[in-house]
Amino acid sequence: MDLSQNLEIATCTDPGMVRSHNEDSIAADPANGLVVLADGMGGYNAGEVASGMATTVIVTEMRQILTGAKPYQVDTKTKEEIAPKIVREQVLKANTSIYQAAQTQPQYAGMGTTLVVCLFYDNRLLVAHLGDSRLYMLREGKFKQVTRDHSLLQEQIDSGIITAEQAKKAAHKNLVTKALGIDPTVEPEIHEYPTKVGDIYLLCSDGLCDMVEDEDIGMTLQALGQGNLKLTAEHLVQMANDNGGRDNVSVILVRVLREYPGTKGMMGKVFGWLK
Amino acid sequence: MAKLILSMDGLVLKEIPLTKERTTLGRKPHNDIQIDNLAVSGEHAVIVTILNDSFLEDLGSTNGTVVNGNPVKKHFLQNNDVIELGKYKLKFIGEAAPAAGAGGDKADFEKTMVLRPATMKAAAQAAAAAGGGGAAAAVAARQAAVQAAGQSAAATGIADKDAAKAPAAAPAAAAPAAAPAGAPAGKPGGQPLGAIQLLSGGNAGKELELTKPLTTLGKPGVQVAVLTRRPQGYFITHVEGEKRPDVNGQQIGAAPHALKDHDVIEIAGIKMEFFLKS
Repeated sequence: MDLSQNLEIATCTDPGMVRSHNEDSIAADPANGLVVLADGMGGYNAGEVASGMATTVIVTEMRQILTGAKPYQVDTKTKEEIAPKIVREQVLKANTSIYQAAQTQPQYAGMGTTLVVCLFYDNRLLVAHLGDSRLYMLREGKFKQVTRDHSLLQEQIDSGIITAEQAKKAAHKNLVTKALGIDPTVEPEIHEYPTKVGDIYLLCSDGLCDMVEDEDIGMTLQALGQGNLKLTAEHLVQMANDNGGRDNVSVILVRVLREYPGTKGMMGKVFGWLK
Repeated sequence: MAKLILSMDGLVLKEIPLTKERTTLGRKPHNDIQIDNLAVSGEHAVIVTILNDSFLEDLGSTNGTVVNGNPVKKHFLQNNDVIELGKYKLKFIGEAAPAAGAGGDKADFEKTMVLRPATMKAAAQAAAAAGGGGAAAAVAARQAAVQAAGQSAAATGIADKDAAKAPAAAPAAAAPAAAPAGAPAGKPGGQPLGAIQLLSGGNAGKELELTKPLTTLGKPGVQVAVLTRRPQGYFITHVEGEKRPDVNGQQIGAAPHALKDHDVIEIAGIKMEFFLKS
């Protein structure tokens, strides 16, 4: 099923006002309802390499798998839908590629990347993430953060050591506790959410949410998102740059235009009943 | 490096730099900071230091830990906080923000990096093995590890670039752009407030102040434009509709169009005047 008529996708990425390189990487496969955003880290241009590998590996591998399978298809052995499994496997594959490159080539040592992957299928959204790149959602005028950062700051907020207010001023905003390509294996956090027509999803690197208040991001999506998604993406990047643009800024916007129910095959239905 | 100044009855006893990730306070001799006083518990409290941030945690002491007069269980230490343990006072002096260029060894804390205890330990061990030894070397190695992970990026020329980008017509452009980059999401301050007054249509004469970062105008589905408030001034951008808005009788392009005082805008058949309030 080609989802390019059901989802509108707009992307924008910019090095920001301070940095010369853009270490962020974004990719979208509208037909398969797949979007990927990665914020690379590591010396020289290794950050770009890591984020580029992450998006390329995941998009190409997923495209290959989705030509022969449907995300909502039920695995005959586990009796579960294959979507979380295939996404997780591709994330791990990307992890291995980056990790090995970092191990074998000295100029890439220590490189890694954050990651947000969204797969839209069957009126749902599956999100896998690592690190401090985020997914937000605007639904019926309400704007909220969907993913929880894997960062030292978030852990401190969770354990009550500091408040969200103090967190804004903390010096170690940039320390992530999970990332792709750093260790031989990694466990991405995966969740699934139902989508509604009119929803707008925002994937962004910390270059946006560190520079622009959530409230202002929400307001922009609300004011412009329904009219002109591409302009909205560019506008968000511009807001980050107007506020100093200290980091690379990347934005992917996905708007649900119409429903996209998955049509389960005969086998799927049978297993559906049996469950 | 952050430090504690230990004093009793206003008399400074000693200065203790917080070199370790965990600095323990208590009466027993194995503590990093030993305070031999019966009001202090054997293991009284601990200070956990991560990069520039220090956290104080009471370890269930008998008499409790007081910071600035308030009993605390866990506390994010701020510069000049005073920790009281019985008659003793410990003043926390945070690490001053490193001045730009000072020593040139400032890690770029904006860069995203992974925090892994393993790397830190490895770096510390490496330093110890290299003959440095001691806590100070471990800390230095840790900082080096962080720095290496963070690839220094030149954080210069923020103001210059912004100012160059600003159109000459925007008077207050340089000020907010040159404001310290440490204020994320700073509202455009100190720039004149813009407003529009409707010149035609049912609400002719009505005035609308443009206080928000963006204001949409027009009829959804027909013609919509957005007015954005930026450090460089106000801009109008076409959002949707076949026809783009007119400014002073000229249709604008697809790019944002800078607005000048007393420009006349036409959107969805309604004329309005943009002006700056002082």
